[in-house]
Formats: sequence, C-alpha cells, structure tokens
Amino acid sequence: MLELQLLLIFMIIGAIIAVKEKDLLSSVIAVGTVGLGLSLVFLILKAPDLAIVQLVVEILVIIILIRATIRRDLPFSTSGRWFFNTLVTFVFIGVFLVFIYLYIKDLPQFGQPIMKIAQRFIAEGLRETGATNLVSSVILDYRAYDTLGEATILFTAVMGVLAVMRKVGRKK
Amino acid sequence: MSVYFLCLVLFSVGLYCILRKRNLIKIIIGIVIMEYAVHLFFILVGYRMNGRVPIHSPDQTVLDMVDPLPQALVLTAIVIGLAVTAMIAAIAMRVYEKYGTFDITKIRKLKG
Repeated sequence: MLELQLLLIFMIIGAIIAVKEKDLLSSVIAVGTVGLGLSLVFLILKAPDLAIVQLVVEILVIIILIRATIRRDLPFSTSGRWFFNTLVTFVFIGVFLVFIYLYIKDLPQFGQPIMKIAQRFIAEGLRETGATNLVSSVILDYRAYDTLGEATILFTAVMGVLAVMRKVGRKK
Repeated sequence: MSVYFLCLVLFSVGLYCILRKRNLIKIIIGIVIMEYAVHLFFILVGYRMNGRVPIHSPDQTVLDMVDPLPQALVLTAIVIGLAVTAMIAAIAMRVYEKYGTFDITKIRKLKG
C-alpha cells in the first residue's frame, strides 16, 4: 500500500499549499490537486463508481470556486491578534485530536472490515435486486430513501442558489 | 493504521483553515478539504486487503469483495457536498457584492 500513502502525502501537501497560498486563484487550483488525488485514491481502494463521480464533482467545484474568485482577488491582511488566534486554533485542534484518538483506537485493523450488514448484501444482492453492481443495488434498492433525500437536497440547494443570485426585484 | 493517521492529518489541515483564516473563499476551501477527508475515511474503513471491486462477474469467487455499503453512502455524500459548496459560494458572492470584501472581520454592519 505504498502508493496509497504516497498519494495521501501528495494530497496533504496540496492542502497545505491551498491553505497557505496568498493568491486565491492558486489556492483554488491547489484544492483541485487534492480532489483529483482523491479520485486516484478511490481507484486504488477498489471504488470505481466513486472515482468517476469524484472526478466530475471536482471539476464542477473548481468551476464554481473560480467563478466566485475571479476578478475579486484582493490581498488580505493578516494583522490583528496573531498569537491569540493561532493559540486558540491549535487548542481546538488538540481537543479534536484527543476525541478522535479515543474513537479511532477501537476501529478494526486497516484492511479487515467487519462487514456485518454487507455480508448479506454481497450474498443476496444479485438475487434480490438483479443488479450486478452492488453499489447501485444499495443506493437504488436497499437505501432508495437515502437517494430520494439526496435528490431533495440537490433541488433545494439549486433553488437556494437561484434565490440568492437573483437580480430581479432587488433594491438598489 | 498509518493510513488513518494521514487521513486525520488531511482533516486537521482543513480544520486549521476554517478556524484560522479570515477570507471567505479560504473558509470554503477548508470545508471542501474536510469533506474530502471524511469521504476518504469512510472508504478506508470499508477497504478489505486484496479484495476486489463489488461487482459480480461470473468467473470469480464472492467472498473477498470490499464493503459496498460505505461506497454507496459516500456516493450520496459527494453529490450533497457539491450542492452545499455551490450554495456557500453563491452566498459568498452575494456578500462580496454587498460589502465589497471577503474579509469576515469587516462584514459586521447590518446593511439592509
């Protein structure tokens, strides 16, 4: 699994560049490297459906963020209470890491999942749903209400974007 | 376990970005990075060593597939993440039109 770790380190470096870069457009493009690296990681982890979806979604995220960023590129100051802000930030991250450590040490070893529910999907999925792809049999049959909720959220978000960006009827 | 640790580092970078930066676009970028880290964590938990893709094909054994359940959940979560990102970006653009800045310390007046 060396290639997995190398890709993860590449993604972390891309994320750090995206956080530290002063220029907003460069920062958005650095996020693009993180997302495309994630697409490759999904391929390595045997999830081809996710790799395809992640590729498309990443390109759309970059387009949206560039639309929000372009020609608005202001230099922003980092003055203010520098020491206090950094201290508070690291205290919060420390608290988060303590809680996540308490959780993560109970997880099964990497590469040996428990799969109590998935055993039944794997054994009976083809016979019960007729889909050879088990991921689509889960999202479209066993958990179809999840997908319905997803479509609802998607349409609500589109309506929200249209309402926020609407030009008609806005007071000058 | 080191893979979980790297995933956690990625999440912490996003958390630092949200807590420390004052630019709205930077905060959106932090949210996106945290989203990616969580999706990656779910897939890592469901991964089985030397497993194969969860698609049935006639001449293979069934028992060593990776877990299809987290993949289905993450597939839903990725699309929802796109919708949320579009929504936040639209609100940030409106805030810029109204106030002329992305700096969150300068967006404090209630303009009607």
